[in-house]
Amino acid sequence: MSERDVLLALRNVDVFIGESHILQGVSFDVRNGGITGLLGRNGVGKTTTLRGILGLAPRTGSVTLAGEELTRLSVHEVVQRGVGYVPEDRDVFAGLTVAENLRLAERKGSELRYDLIYELFPELKQRAAQKAGTLSGGQQQMVSLSRALLNADNRILLVDEPTKGLAPLVVRNVTEALRRAAEVATILLVEQNLSVAHALVRDVIVLDQGRVTFTGDVDELMNDPALARRHLGLAAAVGH
Amino acid sequence: MSTTVLLLITGLGLGALYFLIAAGLSLIWGLMRVLNLAHGAFFTVAAYLGWSASLALSGTSPWVQWGVSVVVAVIAGGVFATLTEVVLIRPLYARPVGQVLVTVGVALAAVALIEGGYGGDPKQLTLPAWLTGTTAILGANIPNTRWVAIFAAALVLALLLFFLQRTRYGLIVRAGVENRSMVEALGIDVQRAFTLVFAIGGMAAGLSGVLAAAYYGTIDPVRGTSMLIFAFIVIVIGGLGSVAGSALAAVIVGVLQQFLNFYAAAGVGDFAVVLLLAVVLLVRPGGLTGATST
Repeated sequence: MSERDVLLALRNVDVFIGESHILQGVSFDVRNGGITGLLGRNGVGKTTTLRGILGLAPRTGSVTLAGEELTRLSVHEVVQRGVGYVPEDRDVFAGLTVAENLRLAERKGSELRYDLIYELFPELKQRAAQKAGTLSGGQQQMVSLSRALLNADNRILLVDEPTKGLAPLVVRNVTEALRRAAEVATILLVEQNLSVAHALVRDVIVLDQGRVTFTGDVDELMNDPALARRHLGLAAAVGH
Repeated sequence: MSTTVLLLITGLGLGALYFLIAAGLSLIWGLMRVLNLAHGAFFTVAAYLGWSASLALSGTSPWVQWGVSVVVAVIAGGVFATLTEVVLIRPLYARPVGQVLVTVGVALAAVALIEGGYGGDPKQLTLPAWLTGTTAILGANIPNTRWVAIFAAALVLALLLFFLQRTRYGLIVRAGVENRSMVEALGIDVQRAFTLVFAIGGMAAGLSGVLAAAYYGTIDPVRGTSMLIFAFIVIVIGGLGSVAGSALAAVIVGVLQQFLNFYAAAGVGDFAVVLLLAVVLLVRPGGLTGATST
């Protein structure tokens, strides 16, 4: 990957949470465009990596977006540089309506993609006045994804386990939405559902115990049962 | 009947003063998780500066003196609160114990400075004749200061609800009460909302200070501290972070205090309020309305 192709780069990123050394010198590149998967077993530091990129988890090392160093910026400044975030637990504002959740995500000066959002999730338009806390898990995920997709100047979306706990039909909807989202922004996707990951991602980064253990093409990893078993555990091999 | 009406309106007036302190306190806790023990100092300092302004205008119409004292108190409360947030609280966001210590320090220092500068004796605010009079309702002569306190609190409640429901910063505050990190993760500078909430809270506390001077007839250096205790009870009963909850709880606390202090014995009302707090914590730990900023 040439330097010009790289949108997001992490170099020797360490994250400590309390006494625990969660990320240990993590380095990887995310290519401009498409979906890059951040995979690994439970508890290896995938969510912490996304939080570290944003600054929600205190980190050392270097995180650059299109060559600009992010580690000296506060969380909101990182996001304003064009980073959208879809957290693992969706984190919609339960007491706010769907419309208010979206309005909150609007960024001054950015073109807003309400047309795309309502095309992907027409339900949200009908439920605009409904409190987000009363939505189903799938609908909340739609709100969460929409907040990240709303601003056209978001260059990369950090998406954390978007299909977790969702019904199969909703997983298909979310998968399709991610595919469409990847047409307008680069996505760094944490996903435990390996069939979803395989269907969506092009490049893969595998974490194990806070370190990067594999980077490469998704097919290279998934089509080699021994390699997949070694990096992702038994489930990966069984799943494929 | 007239006694009941008098106690009810007086209780509502007292509740109005509690609400004016509690509203800001509740939003500050809800959004920032800062236990602001300096809030009573905003009340006291603003009241004294209002009194000073009134004194400086002695000889002019009492309405002018009182009006200026209200404006000065509101501004003083807002400025004092803003400075407290920017200079003292902001460097301590990640250190809750430090916040508690520094706000206790501000509270103690403010009382000491007021006592040093103004003396410990109560001060009487110059009031227009109408404010020292009464209005008869259903046979009860209600002091007009109670009506003013109730009207002011209702106005502040309406303005706060408008702010929270209809403005972008209100939206940020409501969202921040739920999940501050996620608000930041949407690219919003929550710090500005913190300062704004502190300023609004300080202005409301300042208004409460100058209205309390009219309600009680005098101001003294420790009134803010005793009012703060009941304001804390109000925000816990109402639901931390909820302005509407604070309004409801303030009415309940104020009226309950007045009735029990009159019909039972002096002090019973205060005790009953603490008992009510314990019951609410046991039955509805989130308060009457839960922790939503409405």
